[in-house]
Amino acid sequence: MTTRVPVVEKILSANDRMAARNRETLDRAGLYAINIMASPGAGKTSLILKTLESLNGRLRLGVVEGDLASSIDADRAAAAGLPAVQINTGGDCHLDAAMLADALIALPLAELDLVLVENVGNLICPANFQIGTHLNVLIASIPEGDDKPYKYPGMYRGVQALIVNKIDLLPHVPFDLEYFKRGVEVLNPGVITFLLSCKTGEGVNAWAEWLVRQVKDKKE
Amino acid sequence: MHELAVTQSILDISLRHAQKADAKRITAINLVIGRFSSIVDDSVQFYWDAIAEGTIAQGATLHFQRIPGEMTCRACGHIFQPDDVTFACPACSSLSVRITKGDEFRVDSIDVE
Ligand SMILES: Nc1nc2c(ncn2[C@@H]2O[C@H](COP(=O)(O)OP(=O)(O)O)[C@@H](O)[C@H]2O)c(=O)[nH]1
Ligand SMILES: [Mg+2]
Ligand SMILES: [Zn+2]
Repeated sequence: MTTRVPVVEKILSANDRMAARNRETLDRAGLYAINIMASPGAGKTSLILKTLESLNGRLRLGVVEGDLASSIDADRAAAAGLPAVQINTGGDCHLDAAMLADALIALPLAELDLVLVENVGNLICPANFQIGTHLNVLIASIPEGDDKPYKYPGMYRGVQALIVNKIDLLPHVPFDLEYFKRGVEVLNPGVITFLLSCKTGEGVNAWAEWLVRQVKDKKE
Repeated sequence: MHELAVTQSILDISLRHAQKADAKRITAINLVIGRFSSIVDDSVQFYWDAIAEGTIAQGATLHFQRIPGEMTCRACGHIFQPDDVTFACPACSSLSVRITKGDEFRVDSIDVE
């Protein structure tokens, strides 16, 4: 005889528990961490380098690289004075909490204020996998088009900050910013949004200032 | 590629609950997957056949209940399923809408013997 047993458990609950443990590790070290997600080529690596430049030594940064396709390689990171760890995702399309746990062991946490995690370039699933960071950030970029919130609603729902990169291309590419923002507002009402260009540097300081404030607020 | 990790989670959860219920065999797993977290496709069943082998869940069927995105208009109360071009209310064109369904991503129940 068959009986139905109610379960009602989130499919990724084990990953969520692991993410909570990462959060504890970060909090114990007094660190702020952000998870940077985007499609390939949107500007994750560029944003990390620009943020480093704009912070100009105000925060001690560490980087976790999950994107094999376009990463800050070890030499480049060392040249910039950045402790960096490369995660080998083994072909996975997102980072998960266990991968970040391994990476955190390899970073000098006590010597850092802020950890930037570059997730795998993908618009489908990274936001479903919590990794334990304090902030999930999505980078949208102008050439990707203004319809992405409508096509990939899940990613837009799962973040606490949104960056619109490559605004230097606005004069050259059809992109209806109002249409884009209307979709975002439904999916993630009031989400803080930064318009910037990693190429010209426009808007990068506002983002960096905000980040400094998040880190300070957390420490207090 | 993440379907393998997802499948493993589904198996772990199902086995744990089956054990609690003193079940001899799991015949079906009932999953609820919303449009806004639709990160699994039918390859999960394929992985399932591989990883559930040798467990009491071997041969179990996975049932996907897919929940479309659902929005409710704040202006007129109309409930609708958005398309992937606009989220405006089809009844009154208002853009003031909120999401009322579609975030589901859970193992709802298991059928056991
Ligand atoms: N025009 C323009 N190009 C940019 C901007 N930011 C990044 N890029 C370029 O976009 C490409 C992909 O950037 P990258 O940071 O590697 O993207 P990732 O794959 O998300 O890490 C590179 O050729 C960058 O030079 C920007 O603001 N404007
Ligand atoms: Mg990159
Ligand atoms: Zn309406």
